[in-house]
Amino acid sequence: MAKLRVRFTFTPELVQEPIIWQLGQKFSIVTNIRGADVREAFGWALLELEGDAEQINQGIDWVRSTGIEVQLVTGDVIE
Amino acid sequence: MAFASALKCRECGREYPTDPLNVCEFCFGPLEVVYDYEAISRVVSRERILNGPLTMWRYQDLLPVDGDNAVDLQTGFTPLMKAPNLGRMLGLDHLYIKNDAVNPTNSFKDRVVSVASTKALEYEFKTLACASTGNLAGSVAAHAARAGMTAYIFIPADLEKGKVIGAAIYGPTVVAINGSYDDVNRLCSELADTYPWAFVNINMRPYYAEGSKTLGYEVAEQLGWQAPAHCIVPSASGSMFTKIWKGFKEFEDLELIPKVHTHMHMTQAAGCAPIAEAYEAGVTRVRPVKPDTVAKSLAIGNPADGYYSLKTIQESDGDATIVPEEEVVTGIQMLAETEGIFTETAGGVVISGLKRLVERGAIKRDEVTVAYITGNGLKTLEAVEHTVKPVTIDPTTASFEAEVLSA
Repeated sequence: MAKLRVRFTFTPELVQEPIIWQLGQKFSIVTNIRGADVREAFGWALLELEGDAEQINQGIDWVRSTGIEVQLVTGDVIE
Repeated sequence: MAFASALKCRECGREYPTDPLNVCEFCFGPLEVVYDYEAISRVVSRERILNGPLTMWRYQDLLPVDGDNAVDLQTGFTPLMKAPNLGRMLGLDHLYIKNDAVNPTNSFKDRVVSVASTKALEYEFKTLACASTGNLAGSVAAHAARAGMTAYIFIPADLEKGKVIGAAIYGPTVVAINGSYDDVNRLCSELADTYPWAFVNINMRPYYAEGSKTLGYEVAEQLGWQAPAHCIVPSASGSMFTKIWKGFKEFEDLELIPKVHTHMHMTQAAGCAPIAEAYEAGVTRVRPVKPDTVAKSLAIGNPADGYYSLKTIQESDGDATIVPEEEVVTGIQMLAETEGIFTETAGGVVISGLKRLVERGAIKRDEVTVAYITGNGLKTLEAVEHTVKPVTIDPTTASFEAEVLSA
């Protein structure tokens, strides 16, 4: 089992979509929301994702394909 | 002995023991080392520092590890050189270059990796690891070799050969990853959670970052125990920028130097300037960017310390400068041709940024100014090779006179 801590940033047109629920359903990932601020025009959520590493990777790719920005909570680790 | 007493979340303030952790378990905020400054103040003094080794480890009382067992390649205490020629060109009477390009693996990264690898040994990790595009890779591989540790270096598959060799020579396992920078970031975060390794800038990050404070301590000591009026610093994650400031403030709090009035000036190249762009927009949220810059060592699109860098700018009444890509090489040439120091692209950003700061009146002629040069130019030859045009002649005096002297 792998874990990944990420930040999702939603644009106004995506704020109403149940993306996090769909992520959990489609990829069998446990999505643990640890902080969020979702408003009409903007939203972000901090999540811990837990599941099969490959499923997490595919899930992140899918979330990005919807237009949501996904970043590691630690910032970039490649220096 | 080490005076680090805890780790503390910079967001919610929760404290943790000094374990290999980097983010708060509750709010995911970054963790920072907490020291027992009262105990430090009882032992630290200018005299004690002056009697220490001529390396960064002369400041071991202010580092979060036991310095007596440091993994040390003789890093630090690098030259602070007066730069009269460049100063004259720019109109500065008291310009200094902090030449950190002369560290053992030719960049400032040796400071942070020396602390991280020492801490890794304290925790009895057997493996040191990092994800890197150059400077960090070489430093991690070298320190692992020195410490007798196994090393894994993760790099993007398209990394220039020179940079791969600069790390591979020390004998680590070099893993080239097919994929984008995002993919490399993601994989390494997963691996750091999976394997019992010391990833220097992931689970060792709170300790690792503290190594950059020595860039502040040294400059203050080398200026005769005072902080400069201005510091010009290149920024990628923003960590070094915040830690130089922290170094000055700790020295002030410990009464090793007088009150600090330093203005911290951040410089970033236009192709990757997320922190400077936030500064210019007057916002505190740093919006990640896709890096596209010649200054590869500054190419961090999602900077971990972006927000805290903006706070440092605010606290120090400093600023941030975006240097156009075409001025990066100009800056490298300017420093090389005036002071005989060949810097990598990050230094070109600093020197061109400095020029812009002087031109807009942010730095006055008589103010003590320090430009931080953090890496050696031999690391980024590809950035400047187009500027080098040797004259070719026949092996005769006539040809020399015709092609060279009369040209």
